Amino acid sequence: MTAMNDNLKLTDYVTFTTAGQLFGLPIERVQEVFRPSRITRVPLAGAQIAGVLNLRGRIVTAIDMRRRLELDASDEGGSPMAIGIESANESFGLLVDALGEVMKLPDSEREPNPVNLDRNLARVSAGVFRLDGQLMVVLDIDRVLDLATEAVAA
Amino acid sequence: MDDLLREFLTETNESLERVDAELVRFEREPNNTNILGNIFRLVHTIKGTCGFLGLPRLEALAHAAETLMGKFRDGMPVTADAVTLILTTIDRIKVILDEIESQEKEPDGGDIDLIERLARRAAGETQAAPPLPQPMDLLEIHEPAENAEAVEALESTPSQTPHDERGERVANHSIRVSVGTLDYLMTTVSELVLTRNQLLEIVRRHEDSDFKVPLQRLSNVTAELQEGVMKTRMQPIGNAWQKLPRIVRDLCGELGKEIELRMHGAETELDRQVLELVKDPLTHLVRNCADHGIEDAAARVAAGKPAKGAITLSACHQGGHIIIEIADDGRGLDLARIRAKAIEKGLASEAEIAAKSDADICNLIFAPGFSTATRVTSISGRGVGMDVVRSNIEQIGGTVDLRSVTGAGVKFTIKIPLTLAIVSALIVESAGERFALPQLSVLELVRASGAGEHRIERIKDTPVLRLRNKLLPLIYLKEVLRTGETDGDHCFVVVTQVGSQTFGLVVDGVFHTEEIVIKPMSSKLRHIAVFSGTTILGDGSVIMIIDPNGVAQLLSRTMQTARDDAPELIERGQVEAEDVVSLLVFRAGSHQPKAVPLSLVTRLEEIDCRKIEISDGRHLVQYRGHLMPLLRLDTQSGLKQNGAQPILVFSDGGRSMGLVVDEIIDIVEERLDIEVTSERPGVLGYAVVKGNATEIVDIGHFLPQAFADWFRRRDVKAERRARTVLLVDDSAFFRDMLTPLIKAAGCQVVAVGSAAAAFEALGSDRRFDLVITDIEMPDMDGFTFAEKLRAMPATAGLPIIAITAAVSVDAIARGRAIGFYDFVAKFDRTGLIAAIKEQGADIERAA
Repeated sequence: MTAMNDNLKLTDYVTFTTAGQLFGLPIERVQEVFRPSRITRVPLAGAQIAGVLNLRGRIVTAIDMRRRLELDASDEGGSPMAIGIESANESFGLLVDALGEVMKLPDSEREPNPVNLDRNLARVSAGVFRLDGQLMVVLDIDRVLDLATEAVAA
Repeated sequence: MDDLLREFLTETNESLERVDAELVRFEREPNNTNILGNIFRLVHTIKGTCGFLGLPRLEALAHAAETLMGKFRDGMPVTADAVTLILTTIDRIKVILDEIESQEKEPDGGDIDLIERLARRAAGETQAAPPLPQPMDLLEIHEPAENAEAVEALESTPSQTPHDERGERVANHSIRVSVGTLDYLMTTVSELVLTRNQLLEIVRRHEDSDFKVPLQRLSNVTAELQEGVMKTRMQPIGNAWQKLPRIVRDLCGELGKEIELRMHGAETELDRQVLELVKDPLTHLVRNCADHGIEDAAARVAAGKPAKGAITLSACHQGGHIIIEIADDGRGLDLARIRAKAIEKGLASEAEIAAKSDADICNLIFAPGFSTATRVTSISGRGVGMDVVRSNIEQIGGTVDLRSVTGAGVKFTIKIPLTLAIVSALIVESAGERFALPQLSVLELVRASGAGEHRIERIKDTPVLRLRNKLLPLIYLKEVLRTGETDGDHCFVVVTQVGSQTFGLVVDGVFHTEEIVIKPMSSKLRHIAVFSGTTILGDGSVIMIIDPNGVAQLLSRTMQTARDDAPELIERGQVEAEDVVSLLVFRAGSHQPKAVPLSLVTRLEEIDCRKIEISDGRHLVQYRGHLMPLLRLDTQSGLKQNGAQPILVFSDGGRSMGLVVDEIIDIVEERLDIEVTSERPGVLGYAVVKGNATEIVDIGHFLPQAFADWFRRRDVKAERRARTVLLVDDSAFFRDMLTPLIKAAGCQVVAVGSAAAAFEALGSDRRFDLVITDIEMPDMDGFTFAEKLRAMPATAGLPIIAITAAVSVDAIARGRAIGFYDFVAKFDRTGLIAAIKEQGADIERAA
């Protein structure tokens, strides 16, 4: 470990695709991945919240990543996989289209957001990796969970 | 046994066990100052506590032992003898403790023997006393003969607790458990309850399951366990009251008042979490009573009350709730000031205030931004208003109500669930989704259908349900949640009560009630006011818990906006202002709108035209098993030939009549000023209603047409002499309404429009037998009028019946003081007739 300098420091990313885009989440923030079932829609909640579900006795708030990231939602096939996240003693599930493999990537290769990156993505992105043939956007999970919850009167 | 003493026993016994063990260790390691320090501290604590609790014998013993140990600490050599002596002392302490436990007081007798020996030892004398037996022996024989006196004292006390029943001891019976452990247990049990529910659900689907019997057992055991764990979290409400005597005492000094605080039901238990949350609101209410409620001694004496005021706190269980009442015997709320303040603060318009009943006015003090104290005292005016009190209580699913009687005091009633973790809930369905509705606020369920007795009616856009002759405002859950359009006739109305507000929540279906475990809502959903939490149902699915408070707020907001743009539907009970009446506006015959007071109308019906029969030139319809005559307002208005015929039904004393109308237009709340009176029979006059000249229909004209004897009631006995009644009411409408009614009761009527006119009439040669007066009148109100009548010798004995739009406890109390014969609500015709009859009968009996 001591021999390792900053250039060689590696981070594990759980990768997933949503609306065709590849994303990565640092593995230490990921609790588990699961197949969500019986999501209860919550009326009056924002469109970004898909609902709530029961995961072994815990109540998980499911976030529709397509809507959260304001990606193309036309292909509404439903998102069959969920990534479980714990934040401030609450459980969240990010609904995604498909899970990819876990990638070990050197921190040095992470590049800042391209200036022309979609504004919505840029807001939640912690940088990008240029992989073979595609870009992987690293998500800042705290910013992803920072949903705008403007008071809904009812 | 006193809590303090119980705790002391538990604690001291624990300490003594440790002292025993430590002493034995100390004997082996006499140079270990740590151990000595520990023992010293323990004994010192015991001594201190004994002094505090007033246990002199124990205190003296502990003191002597402490002195000796102090010597050890200072370097005196530790000998086995000395340790034995201390152990003996500790054994003696234990004997005394046992006695305290069974007798709740220190046994008589002294321990001078031991104390002397300890003192001698401390003074450095060794071997001065004969060697003592070993500690183990001591335990059995208590003490050698030299201590006979003490032993005798111990044995002679009529102890009901033989020593072999030590298992019963309090000291061994309670242990301390951290709150964290209890909370953890609670959560775990909650999970168990959920899993049990899931299992039950599965078994319900498989009739012949082998699991059925064991599961039933599991279910029962779980329920018992749940109850047991809940019990561990229960604490007496008295714990939340502990600080109050001191607070009240300090307040007395600060305010220069004399106040006695009485507490009843301090032992009533509730969940510690709830207890914590209710502490502050309670303190605030007590402060409020002391500061605003109770008058100073001089004012009290002047009002004929004892100089010392009283605040009474009481608590009791009622179902799954605890009811806490805080009452003072002070001056009561100043309604006039509250009214003025509410208008000043812009909480309500003048017209709205005028329309509110006294109870509603009282509740205004809970409105945000309200404070009646003109002077901000350091006591109540701490920036926390009553609105905070209410919201704190509502947050834990409770309600707070108040009743005030001028001059007699205010009583706050708080109702809160015993526990927050598990509640009983009604599972309902709306737009295909299930929701949980806390049973606490559900009054009843009504099934509404197009054909049945309960039908949802719409007055303009406001849905209402007539339930036992009351109009219940409805709100569709679908509309609240914006999950769909309201459709179909078949639905359920959940009659819900929040505070003093009652409304119907319309849902598509109702399943069953279930004990649900409330799980806090996700921080991302907490902003949605109509939900209070989430829960997992027996089948494992997550559903949202509806917050009735949130829905009620929403409802009052929509009612508010509706009222803002046009006067809208108001529940009958709320129409209590002087001249503001709810009018049912309809069209019949001509295009000119017509109106009748809504409160006279029993029901709105639509009748199939084919069912209308004609007999003897009169239209009749079968209605609820009786023939009901249908009347037309005038010859122009005809009956429909086909389809549904809307009618207004008026019922009284078991008889009904239907008034044929073309169309019901609206219900409006309006100040009724009949501007042009009419000569035409059946029309009282014309008034401007919502900008349109509207005919005010005289129902009194039509009733006798339906039944010739409508007003001639069975109980009307022929009177020897027709009594003459003086009717005083500033509203021409009511004068015209009531005159035929009183006449029908066999009296002659002179109707006047003001107190001044009444005095004039009374001054004439005419003899009056009875005065019926309105209370709310300009210039001179009914109370003052009545007081004046009482003050004049000629009229002092004249019986008075008061009629009022707003019957309040307060008004009745004042009326009684003046000596009203009776108090009748304006629209209560039967009541008025009964009162007139009764009064007549009284006079006859007297004569």
